[in-house]
Amino acid sequence: MNAPVTLPGCSQPDSAQEARPVLRERGQREVFCGLTGIVWLHRKMQDAFFLVVGSRTCAHLLQSAAGVMIFAEPRFATAIMEERDLAGMVDAQDELDRVVTRLLDRRPDIKTLFLVGSCPSEVIKLDLAKAAERLGAQHMPNVRILNYSGSGIETTFTQGEDACVTALVPVMPAESADAPKQLLIVGALPDIVEDQFLRLFDQLGIDNVGVLPARDARNLPPVGPNTCYLLAQPFLADTAMALEGRGAKRIDALFPFGAEGTTGWLHAAAAEFGIDEAHFNAVVAPGRERAKRAIGHARGALEGKRISFLPDSQLEIPLARFLATELGMEPVEVGTPYLHRAHCAQELDLIPPSARISEGQHVDRQLDRVRADKPDLTVCGLGLANPLESEGFSTKWAIELVFSPIHGFDQAGDLAELFARPLRRRDVLEV
Amino acid sequence: MQLSVWTYEGPPHVGAMRIATAMEGLHYVLHAPQGDTYADLLFTMIERRGKRPPVTYTTFEARDLGKDTAQLFQDAATEAAERFKPEAMIVGASCTAELIQDDPGGLIEAMDLPCPAIPLELPSYQRKENWGAAETFYQVVRHLADKNVTREPREGRKARANILGPTALGFRHRDDLVEIRKIIETLDVEINLVAPLDARPSDIARIGAADFNIVLYPEIADEAARWLERTFKQPTIRTIPIGVSATRAFISDVAEVAGADPTPALGDNQSRMPWWSRSVDSTYLTGKRVFIFGDATHAVAAARIARDELGFEVCGLGCYNREFAREVREAAKLYGVEPLITDDHLAVEEAIIEAAPEMVLGTQMERHIAKRLGMPCAVISSPVHVQDFPARHSPQMGFEGANVIFDSWVHPLVMGLEEHLLTMFREDFEFSDEAGASHHAAHSPQQPAKAQVATVAVPEDIAEPANDANLWTSEAERELKKIPFFVRGKARRNTEAFAIDQGRAQIDLDTLYDAKAHYAR
Repeated sequence: MNAPVTLPGCSQPDSAQEARPVLRERGQREVFCGLTGIVWLHRKMQDAFFLVVGSRTCAHLLQSAAGVMIFAEPRFATAIMEERDLAGMVDAQDELDRVVTRLLDRRPDIKTLFLVGSCPSEVIKLDLAKAAERLGAQHMPNVRILNYSGSGIETTFTQGEDACVTALVPVMPAESADAPKQLLIVGALPDIVEDQFLRLFDQLGIDNVGVLPARDARNLPPVGPNTCYLLAQPFLADTAMALEGRGAKRIDALFPFGAEGTTGWLHAAAAEFGIDEAHFNAVVAPGRERAKRAIGHARGALEGKRISFLPDSQLEIPLARFLATELGMEPVEVGTPYLHRAHCAQELDLIPPSARISEGQHVDRQLDRVRADKPDLTVCGLGLANPLESEGFSTKWAIELVFSPIHGFDQAGDLAELFARPLRRRDVLEV
Repeated sequence: MQLSVWTYEGPPHVGAMRIATAMEGLHYVLHAPQGDTYADLLFTMIERRGKRPPVTYTTFEARDLGKDTAQLFQDAATEAAERFKPEAMIVGASCTAELIQDDPGGLIEAMDLPCPAIPLELPSYQRKENWGAAETFYQVVRHLADKNVTREPREGRKARANILGPTALGFRHRDDLVEIRKIIETLDVEINLVAPLDARPSDIARIGAADFNIVLYPEIADEAARWLERTFKQPTIRTIPIGVSATRAFISDVAEVAGADPTPALGDNQSRMPWWSRSVDSTYLTGKRVFIFGDATHAVAAARIARDELGFEVCGLGCYNREFAREVREAAKLYGVEPLITDDHLAVEEAIIEAAPEMVLGTQMERHIAKRLGMPCAVISSPVHVQDFPARHSPQMGFEGANVIFDSWVHPLVMGLEEHLLTMFREDFEFSDEAGASHHAAHSPQQPAKAQVATVAVPEDIAEPANDANLWTSEAERELKKIPFFVRGKARRNTEAFAIDQGRAQIDLDTLYDAKAHYAR
């Protein structure tokens, strides 16, 4: 029925070792580029400033993705390349020096500056690593200058965070081989959620806990062979590789969404640190029960409902698992821009085999499938939501799942509510 | 390189999208990397359109570079033609695709597409959104207009007009068009075509059948209108009917070109603005100092209304689109102000602080600036925001537009009697500076909100000033604080300038009131 046939024009799955077939698609992608991550990263790292080296399009994207101009003077900006930069009338590196100096003069509060590469800067091969090194030499110790690429030709939406956090890994202090075992939580979380997790690890008896990215980008946790890292986000493939390059070891776990996901996530860490099972249960039980109660409010609206995810943030796989296992929803298609099989292995095992997993996007064909599948709820980007609503489909904006606190026990009810609200609203409206 | 936090305009291909989205049956194949699809949400979220913009993005990735991006473009074009069956296509490149030089126009020529394809050259590193929209509309008209369709002799038929300029994501274009249609119909003129909004490529073919063109938004349609003047010898009406007198002038101009009687249209009894403005409760509007910034067309119109129809004083005027700077410079001369032509919102903020206006008429950008400075503000121009697409009818053009403008500019102001009470009873705790006018959100008595207002960095001139080198006696300083906060900055600077001019070493009560008399208007 939902057999993973390869649709005409789609690349063949590389079969053989694949446990679960995946529909791979290539075509127009209706997703943000990695620059968009700046919208939340600049709030997370309060001493950091993000300078995109790009075009007017990049500046316009950031302003549009940030919704309205919320922050009078945000900690990000775009150095817009102009004709003279491209025509070689001026040296782009000199121009960059000029812009950075002006910026740092005006904002002495900046302690870390990210030079962020974009599609145009990558295409003209503007060497931002070199620029970061040169400018860093000038401005250290006051300002540390790092670089990464959030370009659309290399990164999809949340991969921008992956690239940014990856850039932090080389400047993390080195932990010696005989240092005590350390837990490192990886992935930008809202401060309130991060604090909840830190309290739980503390109660569990894991006291040596670091967080990456840290709120203060100049005060990063150390990393070394005795570091075990726990991913809080499913989109951190490069960060994970970089951490392993520094000797850290990944704790395989479910992602902390819902009562069971959060329990599984905490349990993986507890097991790694040899925490007593009874103690674990005692610490986790109250939160887990609270989460179940909170989730219960949305069950009536969601149970038995069919849901399709269009690719957006790579959160799709764990969220589909949460909705299937804890709310009784039926995932019809779970689309993700990129599927990391190792990081999502446990998640994939829990998604019902009837669900079609797709990777990449050909938006027109995918919309054809939505129209054929007729799911009760479609999770998609802002460009597609209203058009689908006007065709009669209920939708959930995917971006809200990235911009809202949804991890952990005490957000599980909010997470469920995000999916229940569009359905409830549809039922309540009489116009 | 230009350091930019917020921008007034998007890149030129977004302008092209505005034309494609406004029209029916036109499809845009855009050579662009992943991520450029963000622009779709401008239309589906800000304008709340229920349809995806008719744009196919080729979505190339790093691994495609130097290999088959040209093929990718041709495949996307073929597929779009099959799937959407457009009457015509426009093809072009976004900023990144411009750098890889695949030449979409050349590629499309080599293909056997079932519909006409119009190549666009939109230099992303030199030009911006409005220019991109104008150039696209011009190319669409130039390619699709059937030169054999020209106007027939006038005998025995009504005059025909094309209405040019309304487009997607335009500031109140939808509602302006309703008002303009009313006027044109009252004049018994036939509308040959409205474009680009809701026009099909096949409609554009008969653009030459009109007797004349009406350009409502020069930023979008002037380029095309100039070509139509040359090609079809169609005269152009360029009067922008924003404000009562401009609407009257517009009616007269259309009537003259159409050979129609303007009387019925001029006699519109729905025009309330002139009486509302003459009504004695509006006396307090006299001489209010307003700072105006927006696109050139709306800014110039706003300045005219401000001075001639509401009795304000224009203390600043500018626009962000250099292409129309000349119009703003000319207008600025009329009002005796320095024109501000810039797309740097920080420069606009500085100019506003410097001018210390009593009200700002601007874009969403100026709305934010004014909010931070605690000044009343009304929005008069794009860039648009979801709030600029109200559910109700809310035009800027025509007599009803003038009514709407009266309301939306006057409501943010502190009302006449309230202003006097604020001045007379400054010591009343409910009239503290932080409170502001009663109809402003900032007035709400919640302490946290107030605290927030207080933490916003307000420039020194507007907020409590530092006692500058003991120039002010403490008595004069106390007196200064009794002046309403929204004019205090100006009063301080005037008094200081006066003191320097008069060679007074200190500002005491007498100096303060001498200065007040000196600057009295």
